[in-house]
Amino acid sequence: MTTGKVKGIIANLVTVVVDGPVSQNEICYISVGETRLMAEVIKVAGENVYVQVFESTRGLKVGNSVEFTGHMLEVTLGPGLLGRNYDGLQNDLDKLTGVFLKRGEYNFPLDKEKLWHFVPMAKVGDHVEAAAWLGEVDENHQPHKIMVPFVFEGSYTVKSIVAEGDYKIEDTIAVLTDAEGKEHVVTMIQKWPVKKAITAYREKPRPFKLLETGVRTIDTANPICEGGTGFIPGPFGTGKTVLQHAISKQAEADIVIIAACGERANEVVETFTEFPELIDPHTGRKLTERTIIIANTSNMPVASREASVYTSMTIAEYYRSMGLRVMLMADSTSRWAQALREMSNRMEELPGQDAFPMDLSAIIGAFYARAGYVFLNNGKTGSVTFLGTVSPAGGNLKEPVTEGTKKVARCFYALEQNRADRKRYPAVNPIDSYSKYLEYPEFQKYISELIDDEWINKVNDMKTYLQRGKEIQEQINILGDDGVPVDYHEEFWKSEVIDFVILQQDAFDKIDAVCPLERQRYMLDLVMDICRHDYKFDNFLDVTDYFKRLINYCKQMNYSEFHSETFEDYQKKLNALLAERQIAK
Amino acid sequence: MSKAFQKIYTQITAITKATCSLKATGVGNDELATVNGKLAQVVKIMGDDVTLQVFQGTEGIPTNAEVVFLGKAPSLKVSDQLAGRFFNAYGDPIDGGPEIEGKEVEIGGPSVNPVRRKQPSELIATGIAGIDLNNTLVSGQKIPFFADPDQPYNQVMANVALRAEADKIILGAMGMTNDDYLYFKNVFSNAGVLDRIVSFVNTTEDPAVERLLVPDMALAAAEYFAVEKHEKVLVLLTDMTLYADALAIVSNRMDQIPSKDSMPGSLYSDLAKIYEKAVQFPEEAGSGSITIIAVTTLSGGDITHAIPDNTGYITEGQLYLRRDSDIGKVIVDPFRSLSRLKQLVAGKKTREDHPQVMNAAVRLYADAANAKTKLENGFDLTDYDERCLAFAKDYSSKILAIDVNINTTEMLDIAWQLFAKHFKPEEVNIKQALVDKYWVK
Repeated sequence: MTTGKVKGIIANLVTVVVDGPVSQNEICYISVGETRLMAEVIKVAGENVYVQVFESTRGLKVGNSVEFTGHMLEVTLGPGLLGRNYDGLQNDLDKLTGVFLKRGEYNFPLDKEKLWHFVPMAKVGDHVEAAAWLGEVDENHQPHKIMVPFVFEGSYTVKSIVAEGDYKIEDTIAVLTDAEGKEHVVTMIQKWPVKKAITAYREKPRPFKLLETGVRTIDTANPICEGGTGFIPGPFGTGKTVLQHAISKQAEADIVIIAACGERANEVVETFTEFPELIDPHTGRKLTERTIIIANTSNMPVASREASVYTSMTIAEYYRSMGLRVMLMADSTSRWAQALREMSNRMEELPGQDAFPMDLSAIIGAFYARAGYVFLNNGKTGSVTFLGTVSPAGGNLKEPVTEGTKKVARCFYALEQNRADRKRYPAVNPIDSYSKYLEYPEFQKYISELIDDEWINKVNDMKTYLQRGKEIQEQINILGDDGVPVDYHEEFWKSEVIDFVILQQDAFDKIDAVCPLERQRYMLDLVMDICRHDYKFDNFLDVTDYFKRLINYCKQMNYSEFHSETFEDYQKKLNALLAERQIAK
Repeated sequence: MSKAFQKIYTQITAITKATCSLKATGVGNDELATVNGKLAQVVKIMGDDVTLQVFQGTEGIPTNAEVVFLGKAPSLKVSDQLAGRFFNAYGDPIDGGPEIEGKEVEIGGPSVNPVRRKQPSELIATGIAGIDLNNTLVSGQKIPFFADPDQPYNQVMANVALRAEADKIILGAMGMTNDDYLYFKNVFSNAGVLDRIVSFVNTTEDPAVERLLVPDMALAAAEYFAVEKHEKVLVLLTDMTLYADALAIVSNRMDQIPSKDSMPGSLYSDLAKIYEKAVQFPEEAGSGSITIIAVTTLSGGDITHAIPDNTGYITEGQLYLRRDSDIGKVIVDPFRSLSRLKQLVAGKKTREDHPQVMNAAVRLYADAANAKTKLENGFDLTDYDERCLAFAKDYSSKILAIDVNINTTEMLDIAWQLFAKHFKPEEVNIKQALVDKYWVK
């Protein structure tokens, strides 16, 4: 293996003089006393190799020895990933000793001793290729497929495969023979370099299946699809994290991966504390059982922050290859971009806008492209749905990370300071936000079969009412309450009904926090029926008063168990109120 | 200071306003050195070329200055003797007292493993409704005041510190005016709490680059008391804007490409390293905590500037001060202020109606603000508008004003009284069960 000596140090960028070949992105270890610090090659110039160290470089000296490993940054994939908390380099945080992180302490991410009950799916003589399912084990009630390693190229024949039984992850599960007759041993684990996409699938069609999140402003107004991409930009304090947590708790996915990338440690702690207590609304099992957390908080080393998003995506792709629906959330992709900026700056590259690297938009694009709904080689389907948050500097959406993301993500959930200030949560601006999937004919067909033919029309109508309400509000602000006709007030208040009843949702209320699709359909029908009627009013004060009462009943319905006695009671009160002034069609 | 085996260098090859370079070998990254007696730190090594950042500035440093490497990173001696003492940015006493004896720890040490943290859940009561009612603080939280330089943030912070019942209060003062420094000293000694206070002070009279050491010094002391002594520690950092300015000076001298607002590209990580020291330790680590209350001064209220902007993304909320023209007093602005951790205690450690009452009151206060705009634009007010305005005035004077000092339950009771005085139940939009229970009839 190639070795080298440290020549220069600026913060975590270290220059190494090497004695042999190295490759771009190769991993190496730098020795400082007893400790070995992991680093990645990011630039080669003659005999000088620039590496970014994933740890603090305090005390590092010129002449310290460096060993290269011959491989890129890899993750270890196998049963036992679920429920774990890793750092950006896939070290199991629970296995680390001590309250404080120690630099240079790395560990194996899985449990080598645990026995898994393996059930073979392939048989001797089968022709298989990379990602083919050899068998499965039960991992927290998920069918975890043991696959032909993704690095295997070409076609193989199964020479032997073990019988059903209990095995450890490093036990030989199968022996495969390649075209030249060479034998290859397969265990339950495999490694994969995180910066390369796993592409062992047949086809990646356009996403079309709704991914239910239980959040009305998403599912009803701007739905995201299984295998779809979306992003949530917003100034600080607008509820990005609360919204992301709500989605990660409620999304109808088999696996949820949360990449806490350069964000607050206490937010990750919240997930650590709450998830073991919470129940997955779809399966009734504990949320932790389906969740993997990659925590690289803002005070952890910058370079591993960059690695953390790739580590998460690779694990997501691994589970997708098993035919599972994976939801990946990254909070926040801006911190990842900033990590790229710090390194680019230290390498004295010519900067692009706001000192970000020139290829930022291409890097973001390539990353989002790894999400998707796929047909696997065996005809089964799987998906990685990716939702990233963006923290735009100064809340200004005309900055490189937001712009680069907007080009590739298909859903846009614009969090708005003004809505947050008025405590209208989730503070997603209904007019600026969009979901491109609403325009996909395959999604329209799917949703009309799932809900009803009229659904898309109702949603579009709802948006028209909102748009109109906003315009009228501006007119009222200019002309005064008396300066516009009474029916303008009526129209404005119809948009307020939509806002208060459909768009706003109390993430901290046990019942209102999760709104299943059936209930969303009921409420949208109810609200659109209110909006599509005309009402008798003499003056605008009556309008305000009337609609406030109306909103109050609808809100109380949102707070009540669906179709419970209280719910029906409010429905009756609401009907009586409607009968007072509604003009029959 | 120099010892027999230490090698002395006397050939400086380059000097800028904040750094100097020389040829040296066997030097570690981040290591301290003295340049003609002035403290400096290694910031860049390339072969045998070593660049030092000189904290006091390089004025008067000759090319034949004596450079001695100390073989260690910046450190602080920690023990119980720290209590009640005042130090400069290097951790040397400035109050005329003796040197501290104790264990020497490197400052700017590693971060806490996130899985070893505990979710903050202890309320920190301040008696100020703008905080306790609307933006409840929790131990282990980090939160700054975003204030214009003319606002009384240091006074409010001193008040919060005294009422918060912490075991130790650690003051990290960066670029503080001598007047404010004396103010803090006075307030603390008058309150008879000097033995609970540790101060690290860099005043406007001291060199700017020295400030870079202050937060790490303050937090090293905080970690000692929280980890070793299991204490509840409150750290006050004022003013973090001047800290960030010092970062910009150094990065500029090192020819780094500036990003937004001339700040270094690493500003977010630099600030996060400090603020993320705020932590609640679990029982097995002694249940100590570090809470950080900081001040970030703004220029003309602009929060889109890189310093407040990056801070906002790191801290768990922010508090704004505002003069309420209706009552002529300073309040904590209910619209823009936010404590992200409040839901961990609001309605759990406080009465069940807390979250909903808080939101309803702020919503009505917002309606009052709209009514005021209408009034200013010359439109007629509705009866509801009038009632909102009357409510807002009561709400400001009876609850929000910073000189009101009552507990949260009293605040909630007063809020319900004000609701009943000005509104009908359906106008406040609170869950019916709570209205049934608390509405003042």
